[in-house]
Amino acid sequence: MTPFRVSIAAGVAAVILLLVILELIRSRRLQERYALLWLLTGIVILVLSAWRGALSGLADLVGIAYPPSALFVLASLFVLLVLLHYSTVISKLSDQNRVLAQRLAMLEHRLRQQESEEPV
Amino acid sequence: MAEAVQQVVTRGEPALARCRRIAIVPAFNEERTIVRVIDEIRAVDPGFEIVVVDDGSSDRTALVAERAGVHVLRLPFNLGIGGAVQTGYQYARDNGFELAVQVDGDGQHDPREIAALVEPIMAGTADMVVGTRFATGGGYRGTHLRRVGIHVFAGLVSLMVRQRVTDTTSGFRAVNRKGIRLFAAEYPSDYPEVEATVVLSRHGLQMVEVPVVMRIRETGSSSITALRSVYYMVKVLLALFIGLFRRYSTELEEP
Repeated sequence: MTPFRVSIAAGVAAVILLLVILELIRSRRLQERYALLWLLTGIVILVLSAWRGALSGLADLVGIAYPPSALFVLASLFVLLVLLHYSTVISKLSDQNRVLAQRLAMLEHRLRQQESEEPV
Repeated sequence: MAEAVQQVVTRGEPALARCRRIAIVPAFNEERTIVRVIDEIRAVDPGFEIVVVDDGSSDRTALVAERAGVHVLRLPFNLGIGGAVQTGYQYARDNGFELAVQVDGDGQHDPREIAALVEPIMAGTADMVVGTRFATGGGYRGTHLRRVGIHVFAGLVSLMVRQRVTDTTSGFRAVNRKGIRLFAAEYPSDYPEVEATVVLSRHGLQMVEVPVVMRIRETGSSSITALRSVYYMVKVLLALFIGLFRRYSTELEEP
């Protein structure tokens, strides 16, 4: 069984994580669409630190002798998931950034051409 | 039919004829329907300027719309319906329009209903008018899940804006100058309609619904597929919840 102090510490950490995420959304520093995975991470950790039986069951299932390790593994998996998600987001952003720069270059060129054609 | 409606629009409302008005038409790969939508808007009221916001289409939507002689804003890539519509509102704000009507480029919104949308705004009884599809019965089909979602949001939003709202997902809307200024500055990015209704109310603006008949969309598909429904529900619920704790500060009066 998980030591009580581990459960309490994990629970407190999860609550703090959730509050920080919610405040970041409220103050518009984090968009809802990028917050959902973080929220899911916080909720899963919170549930498993409160529902100790489920954590033990989960640890048994995958053959982890010490249940808090299962919590650690799961949290790491979620962080991996968030990272992977952000990698796709960054890829999309860099694609869009390239398109923006190209369109801007064309636009500036057209503008300069028009300006030089106009009689001064 | 269209001419009859036009007479209702302009003859009954001399104020409307003087009002600078614009139809914002968001379009994503709608080359097959966009011209008809444009023609229908013109048939209803030629006084409407039309701006098509091409949301990064890969087909000839922008070209076809330009040939039809309307303003076309081409987004360099797909922003999603929220970003596209907001671009239209920014155009309306920056060019001094006093009335804006949002009409989807896929043909599901019947421009002949514009007169009904505009009427409460001209009467000064509303800042935003939403064309809703439930009061009329016919004309709308959707997946079961989507219907449930729509009703859940309708109930929630009704509570939040302290007013009965039946259809929060309709994108067939008209707003006055204040609404234009608000949406130009503040418009949610994806699945925007539900949040936009609440944001409007939080700024002290008045919304009314009018029943309209919507047509079955001819091309394209709803931006909400079954697989995305869960994301849609969670995202909008989260945004509504967070919105309760937000302070808004968009200036609605002219500077």
